[in-house]
Amino acid sequence: MKPKFEEVLFKTFCWITVLIVVLILAMIIGNVLTHGLNSINLEFLLESPRGMGKEGGIYSSIVATFYLILLSLLVATPIGVGASIFLTEYKRKGELLKMIRFTTESLAGIPSIIFGIFGFAFFVIYLRMGWSILSGGLTLALMILPTMIRTAEEAIIAVPNPYREGSLAMGATKWQTIVKVVLPSALPGIITGTILSIGRAVGESAAVILTAGSALGIPKSLVAPGRSMAVHMYVLSVEGISMEKAYGTGAVLIITIIIINFLTNFLTTRQRVKMFR
Amino acid sequence: MQAFTDQNASAGRKKILFSRQLYENAVEKILLSCAITSILAVAVITLFIFYSGLPLILKVGFSNFVLNSTWRPMQGLFGILPMIIGSFMVTLGALLFAIPLALGGAIFLAEFSPRLIAQVLRPMIQLLAGIPSVIYGFWGLIVLVPFLRSYFGGSGFSALAGSLILAIMILPTIINISEDALRSIPKTYKEGSLALGATHWQTIKYILLPCARQGIITAIILGMGRAIGETMAIIMVTGNVPGMPGSFLDPVRTLTGNIVIEIGYAYGDHQQALFATGVVLFIFIMLLNIAINLRIRRRGTSDEAKI
Repeated sequence: MKPKFEEVLFKTFCWITVLIVVLILAMIIGNVLTHGLNSINLEFLLESPRGMGKEGGIYSSIVATFYLILLSLLVATPIGVGASIFLTEYKRKGELLKMIRFTTESLAGIPSIIFGIFGFAFFVIYLRMGWSILSGGLTLALMILPTMIRTAEEAIIAVPNPYREGSLAMGATKWQTIVKVVLPSALPGIITGTILSIGRAVGESAAVILTAGSALGIPKSLVAPGRSMAVHMYVLSVEGISMEKAYGTGAVLIITIIIINFLTNFLTTRQRVKMFR
Repeated sequence: MQAFTDQNASAGRKKILFSRQLYENAVEKILLSCAITSILAVAVITLFIFYSGLPLILKVGFSNFVLNSTWRPMQGLFGILPMIIGSFMVTLGALLFAIPLALGGAIFLAEFSPRLIAQVLRPMIQLLAGIPSVIYGFWGLIVLVPFLRSYFGGSGFSALAGSLILAIMILPTIINISEDALRSIPKTYKEGSLALGATHWQTIKYILLPCARQGIITAIILGMGRAIGETMAIIMVTGNVPGMPGSFLDPVRTLTGNIVIEIGYAYGDHQQALFATGVVLFIFIMLLNIAINLRIRRRGTSDEAKI
């Protein structure tokens, strides 16, 4: 009788923990969305903030976020894809490879604040880029590099070998094979990696506030500072400027993340279906 | 005449092949330089963190910097002991709340969950992992802190608030990796135990959990790394007072908070002291990373030995 009782007790415990997890998620998302959704309208999205952000919208922050992400992707995508091609197509074992794997893993384990102070010390001060889109974008590029490498690597490994053999047999060189055969079939996986990276970059605040600054206004050039949406939300709420606008910004962030999650899930399941066919 | 053109053609082909080879080699070099970017990045990051922070640590003395409990940068007093304690308090508190919840969740997903519920639950946990830290901080500021204020008194900004927010944030990490560890146990172990008449719970307690122990510990260390490095959410709810905390209901300042809050206006020694705070944080993070890497490597070899 006793083991049965224990079993029921334990199962109940598991159900309760799961319920708590779901409840927490529902509470956070529900709270931000219910308060935030009614301040989102076209005006909120397309007007720049006025009065430190008390009035108006978040247009300048959307633009700054967009620039930061664009720059980091422009830097990290070629490097990440190039690295993954080297790791999968050119070199499969050896000490160098171990080093690259280890450092990529370490890079993924470094918290954003460390990237932030590094970016501040290196890009902002040492290279004299100042608080700018450039410093922020480069710092973000380093942060998303491990994600890019890992997903691109998986995508390239998943390309069936006969594809390569066919191309090589026709007299194509290794690089021609990679560009014309391997990369096109790995493209969906690489795109998934890019979207995942956008998800990480869009919500990043600690590294961005230390490298891109928190100046309001639309950044006019690469060396101009900018305030991303996440940083904007932080400043609005911590300095008590406007909780209503902070809620609105939060709702935009959450919706972005939900869309990104949906897209990556959609792409990966489609890929898997394709692979098993 | 015929032979002459043939010769010419083959020389041309050789030339093409040669230039092709050159091109291929150049491509490989470029790809190699992409690949060593990670090595370079880690090296430059490590170098610059130490380069910026070490001068002050050497000036003040490492033990003085780490063990002194007074942080008054304007008067040249740089002791970060309260921040180290603050960071450890919120991290341990977070683990205390998160481990039972996450293990329950992981066991549920790996063992009990009806398929339909798992299909709904997984994206939710993924979403929990993807929510930006400002949003957690904001929710903590608006909902959690006032709640704690009304129940426990004080300001509500406290190590407890930080622990609770961090616990939520590290849940997905611990759940996902523990679930993987539970799932990677060979099915025969479980079947054998059930065939001997053990209940499902007995099987979990005596077979599955001990077998997955290594993976679960790795999951917890990873969660710890995430907790100790978390910044924005934590500074929004802990109050950030740079003094020695007496209890979990007191406000605390973490190592990460110390950096972000003061770096905007710090200069000279003060700025270096913040970089030095980064050095200490970096050392903690690297120790955790090394621990994880060693565990994974050891686990890898022991698994191979088993086969």
